[in-house]
Parts: sequence; structure tokens; C-alpha cells
Amino acid sequence: MIAELGHYALTLALAVALVQAMIPMIGAARGDIQWMCVAIPTALVQFGLLIFAFLALMHAYVTSDFSVVNVVENSHSLKPMLYKVAGVWGNHEGSLLLWVSVMALFGALVAVFGRNLPPALKARTLSVQAMITVGFLLFMVLTSNPFERVFPAPLEGNDLNPLLQDPGLAFHPPMLYVGYVGLSIVFSFACAALIEGKVDAAWARWVRPWTLLAWSFLTAGIALGSWWAYYELGWGGFWFWDPVENASFMPWLVATAMLHSAIVVEKRDTLKSWTILLAIIGFSLSLIGTFLVRSGVLTSVHAFASDPERGVFILMLLAVAIGGSFALYAWRAPSLSGGGLFRPISREGALVLNNLLLTTAAATVLLGTLYPLLLELLTNDKISVGPPFFNATFVPIMVPLFVALGIGPFLPWKRADLTPVLRLLITAFVFAVAVTILAGILIWGQQAYALLGIAVAAWLVGSVVTEIYRKIRPTRSVGFGQAFRRFVNLPRAAWGMSAAHFGIAIVVAGATGASLLTTEKIEAISIGQTVEVAQFDFTLTGVTKVPGPNYMATRGEFTVTPRGEGPDKSFTLNAENRQFVSNGQVTTEAAIRSSSWYDLYAVLGDPAGQGRYTVRLYFKPLVPWMWTGALFMVLGGLLSLSDRRLRVGAPKRSAAPALPSAPGNPSPTAHPAE
Amino acid sequence: MSQDVSRAKRNRILLGLLPLLIFSALVGAMGYQLLFGKDPSLIPSALIGEPVPKVELEALKQDKPGFGPADFGPNAGNDQPILVNVFASWCVPCRAEHPIISALAREENIPVYGLNSKDKREAALEWLNELGDPYTRIGYDPTGRAGIEWGVYGYPETFLISPKGEVVYKYVGPISPRVLKEEFLPRIEALRAK
Repeated sequence: MIAELGHYALTLALAVALVQAMIPMIGAARGDIQWMCVAIPTALVQFGLLIFAFLALMHAYVTSDFSVVNVVENSHSLKPMLYKVAGVWGNHEGSLLLWVSVMALFGALVAVFGRNLPPALKARTLSVQAMITVGFLLFMVLTSNPFERVFPAPLEGNDLNPLLQDPGLAFHPPMLYVGYVGLSIVFSFACAALIEGKVDAAWARWVRPWTLLAWSFLTAGIALGSWWAYYELGWGGFWFWDPVENASFMPWLVATAMLHSAIVVEKRDTLKSWTILLAIIGFSLSLIGTFLVRSGVLTSVHAFASDPERGVFILMLLAVAIGGSFALYAWRAPSLSGGGLFRPISREGALVLNNLLLTTAAATVLLGTLYPLLLELLTNDKISVGPPFFNATFVPIMVPLFVALGIGPFLPWKRADLTPVLRLLITAFVFAVAVTILAGILIWGQQAYALLGIAVAAWLVGSVVTEIYRKIRPTRSVGFGQAFRRFVNLPRAAWGMSAAHFGIAIVVAGATGASLLTTEKIEAISIGQTVEVAQFDFTLTGVTKVPGPNYMATRGEFTVTPRGEGPDKSFTLNAENRQFVSNGQVTTEAAIRSSSWYDLYAVLGDPAGQGRYTVRLYFKPLVPWMWTGALFMVLGGLLSLSDRRLRVGAPKRSAAPALPSAPGNPSPTAHPAE
Repeated sequence: MSQDVSRAKRNRILLGLLPLLIFSALVGAMGYQLLFGKDPSLIPSALIGEPVPKVELEALKQDKPGFGPADFGPNAGNDQPILVNVFASWCVPCRAEHPIISALAREENIPVYGLNSKDKREAALEWLNELGDPYTRIGYDPTGRAGIEWGVYGYPETFLISPKGEVVYKYVGPISPRVLKEEFLPRIEALRAK
């Protein structure tokens, strides 16, 4: 019964979304405020209905209702409660339901918190948002109903893919979806602005918090996914340039670019058409990512539920949504007039460079992801583009970006002189050189390439610290007491920027350690034997069978002793192989011990005969920094989001809008603070 | 001057159209691949057109031989196409395709060599006891070494070997009735017609 109610709510949400897509748009065109205001209740009701549908599906999972096909295919009565809940979005239909629910959540948030938006812009934004929701809801209702029943109901379910039964992955999809889908509201804002034919500083200020929110969650989602791959796949890698990873990374790169270009629109009233384009591309790449995962066009470890019929539907959805927005862009963008002029060496110039490098990086990743597809079309050859391509192309784009990132925040707007800025950065430069030399001594004889990563990271840290210092003590005449007061009173947006840039530095260091400085030993040893890895001795002390709730684990116990220390300094690592009851699939649970400077990582492999086991042991310097750095970036985004500036109205601009305003624009300018 | 202005305007319009054009090309490519493309999970094997790998496999059962390169091709006194089916007792899809493999061996009268890889002997024997043994020969490969020589990528996997002892075709994953009808039977017919 509850499943049927869920299905009903889903269908009803489609009807409400149709109303929300049409009435406010017509109202905005005719200048009818009552029609425009229809957007608010419809957005809220639609959200309520979708949440109901989502909870109905969750109920079916939690109670293991095996008369629902979706539950049969992805759940099992023995599964721990956390994974029963996570199973809701661990499959095609359920993840779509999560997707539309999050879309509706963002619509509802704009309806509630967008009180200071001009009614026409708000109506159009919510209408565009509802159009995309209509597309996805149609897709669900017609091809992917999560509430389908099966009769007779089987006694037991097929279980969720064991690889996905993991706390890190339970929360990875929701985070990522809030990020992906959060970009939809930015996309809707961009389309609404194009329909209106007006982009100004106020628009940039309204869009910025939504971009920040989406970006922060996207960052967290990608980091969680990477962390999961690191400890669950059992070979110590953290990023595989898999098509689906790329699908989440491309929108991230574009959203990062957009965060920066929106600043220029806000402060200098220029780069408007470019920022709009980024807003459209960001969400388009999310949609293309979904298409790639769901259609089976590309192979990937993530490809679940690939089905050509669904693929055709999503492709049509893509063609209408993205094609439509690009057509709108082609029609309107040429008439968006540019504003303030600037020299190449200036804050604007630095942000343009940032944008060029980030979008080039995104284009490179897109090319690498789609190249196998395109090549097969043209030559019928089958190839795969792997990490070597991405490492060879991505790193050379990122290094200049990071170097410039160290300088950009010091440049004033409009025009700048590089010499005094570089003089300010001498300390940071000396710091970077000193750290690199120190690192060179420490890792002598290993990868020289790694020093590049460390140099970049140190340079960024130096620059971030210098930047804060310059802000609180611009000249020597400022006393330390006053500087401290300024330090405490720095706006949160400034803290946000510094935290995010610092996070980048830490991630770069961590990624360098993980990919270039790792020590790896793969050996077959019997119980009692010892393997030396870097400065540690790993001894396999025992292998036991341990039952889990829905699996049987083989647990290898390693005793690890730092070289030259007594047994009192040693500790135990428990690596497991889990064989799942329902389908016999085996997962590895690496044993990881993190310290602030390194990870120790142990994996128990298959029996190698004569009582021996294959073991993989790693010493991975700086790896914990990657997750710390990502945390700093997310924190930076959220700090900046909490800045008071974003909640007060943008300054009024007296200038007339760039286009003669559309007939239904009662208020072309910003409303003051609530 | 006005010519410059109109040229600048035209450039702006063309620039505005660029994203739409690129995207249209992309949609075309993706649509083509989706509707007419091949299944990307088909992994081409480096062995296609090559003689079978030179590995000797010990026997899994006492009363049934294992196999090696000498058991294929004309020297083995064989004028039939042969299937090599990679299986393991822990592999659930292998269980799913087992009836089809059995029917194939029985009804098409085609020799099927089993390659039992990364398995325990007792478990494999019990598995065959339970589900039936359609194989002419069964090679036992507990370490998966021979599996690597054969380029085994997933379980199950099935190779079609020509009467000359060359690998003709490889299928990764469980053989479904559709795969049997569309991929295997036509190739087997073609080999027999030669």
C-alpha cells in the first residue's frame, strides 16, 4: 500500500511540476504577479510529494518488502540497517528518485529563501528548474518505476553489490547528488537571466551562494568517493580516471571556474556571457555524466543498469535541456554587453587565467573520456584512455594554475604592477625553495617528479599565509595588537578563500605522496614471516575466519614494528577478505593506520598454496593530507557561504539594463536587505 | 568602421553559436553509438586468430583428462570446433550458464573443455556432482596461472576454437540463450561448413 502511495505521489509530483514549469513562465512574460507567484506553492508541494515518495521507497527497504522489485534486486534481509537505507539510492531507479528529490529541494529552497529576488527572475528560475524535473519525472514514470511490484514475492533479496556496502559509500551518492543537482539551480538562474536578457552584479550575487553550496557538496562527494576507492578497492589508488569519476570531476572543474568568474561579474560587471556559459556547461556536464553512467555507452566500474531504451530517453532529455539552453545562449548572449575594461595583469586578468586553465582542464578530461567513443565511431578501433593520458595532459595544466594561484589574490582590480606583488611573495618563494630542498634530501633517490608537487604545495601555503598577513598588517605602521583585531574581524569570505586555497595545497601534497612516493611490497608469505616496507616490519601473525552479519571474513593479522624499536612500539593491523553469503562476491577491506605524515596499508590476498598468503603492503607518505585538504576546501566553501555579504542585497545599479527589459519585469534592480 | 562593427557583431553571433554546434555533434556521436554501436563490454582478445596458448593443464578428475595445446587441432585427430569454458565453483554466473553449456554439449554434439580456475578441487568436484558434468576434458588451474595465459578477464568466459586449433571467438560473461543463438551457433555452423 505504501509503495502504491509512493508511486501515486511521484505521478502527482509530475503534474505539479508541469504547472510549475508553465504558469510562472507565462506570468513572467505577461507581467502577471499572481501567475508568477504560483511558482512558490508548486515548488513546495512538489518537494513534499517527492520526499513522500522517497520515504515510501525507504520504508520498503527498511522493512525488506520483497514484493517490490527494486528491493528484491538490491536488498537482503540480513543486511545491516545502514546499508538497507543506503540501498535506496544504490540502484538506478532509487538514485533517480534521489536526484529528483534533491532537484525539488533546491527549488523549494529558492522558493523559501529567495525572498529578495525580483519576482520575474524567481518565477523564471523556478519554472526552468521544474522543466528539468518534468523531464526526469517522465523518465522515471515511463521507464524506471522504483515501486514496481512482483508477484509472487520472493522470500529473499539479491543483496546490494557488496562493494557498495560501506559507510563511505553510503553517503557518497547523496553528497555528490546535492553537488550535481545543486548546479541545476545555477543552470536555471542562468537560463532565467538569458530569457530576461539581463545579467548584472546583482544576478552574480544571487547565484553565488547556490554555486558555493553545490561546489562544497560536490567537493565532499568526490573526496568521499576517492577515499572509498582508496580503502575498499584494495590497491591503494585513490583516483582512476574512470569515466564516471571524470563525470563528477568535470562539473567540479567548471563550477570552480564559475565561482571565480562570478566574482568578476559581481565586482566589475564584466565576463557576463562567459559566466552564463559556465553555469550552463556545469550542469550540462552533470547531465552528460548521468547519461554516460546509465546508458552503457562507455564501460566503467560504475556502470549499473545500462539499458539502451533508457539511454535513448536520457539522450533525448539531454538534447532538449542542453541543446535548448545553448540555443537560448546563442540567441541572447551576443547582446549581453561587457562592462569594465581591464589590463591583462590585474585581478580580473588572473581570474580569467584561472578560468582558461580550469576549463581547458575540463575540456581535456572530456576529450579523454569521450575519445574511445569518438575513435570507435571514426575508425572502428577499440582503445581505452587511461591514467597515462590524463597524467600527461592534466598535470601540465594544473602546475601553471597553482603557480598563478599563489600570485592572483595579491593583484588589485583593473590594472596591476607585477614587481611589488612579487616582492611581497619573496618570503613565500624562499619557503617553497627551502621545503623543496628539505624534501629532496628526505626522498633522495626516489621520484624527482615528486619535488615538483611538493614545491607547488609549499608555494601555495606560503602565498596563503602571506595573503592573510598582508590583509591584517598591510604596512609596518600597523601594530601587532591592531593586526590581531583585524585578524579576528576578517570577513568570513576571506577566511573561506584562504581555507580553500590552503586545502588545494594540502591535497596537492597528499596526491604527490600517494602517486609518486609510495613504497609497495607484494609477496607470498606464510604465518610468522616478516616483510620490510620502508621503515616498518610487517609480520603476518595469524589468519582466522570471522563471521560477519551477511558475509564470512578471512582476517589476516599483521604486527607492525617500526624499524629499530622494541615490541612495545608495535601495533596490529587487521586486513580482511569478505565473502558475501548471497552472491559469493569477495571484497577486500584494507587495514589502514594513519598518522599525520603517512598511511600504512595492508591487504590480505588469496591463499598462495603451502599455507602461504599473498599480501600487499604499502607505506604511503602524506596520503592522509588529501582528505584533510578536501575537508579544508569544503570548510572554505561553507565559510564563504556563511558570509553576511551574501545575505544582504547587492548594491543598486542605476544604469539601465543591457536589453530593453522584457515586458514582465516589474523590478529590474535588486531589492535591499530583508 | 561600420564594417568592423558588423564584423565584430557577426563574430559574436558565431561565437554564441559555437557551444550549440559542438554539443550537437556530441549528441550525434552519442546517439549513433547508442543505437548502432557495439556493446562496449566486448573486450577484444589478443588471442583471436592465434593458436591456443601453450599451457598444460592437469586433470581435475581422476577419470577425465586435463588438456594442453596438443589436444586441439588436426594433430589431436579432431575435426570439430571446440569450446573452452572457464568456470569456478564460487562463480555464481557460471552456475547460471551451466544448463546452457550442458545443452550445447548434448544437442550440438560439440566437445566442451572445462577450465576450472582459481578453485578448490573438492569444491569444483562437488559443484559438478550437483549440476552435472558436460565437459569432455577438464583442466585444473588452482593458481590462475593458466587463466592468465588464456587472457581470462572475468568468470565465466567461453572461447570458441576452430578445428585447426585457433581461437576464433571469446565471450566474457554467462552465455544467455540470446548470446548462444546470435553469437555462438552461427560461428559454429560456419566452422563446420568449412
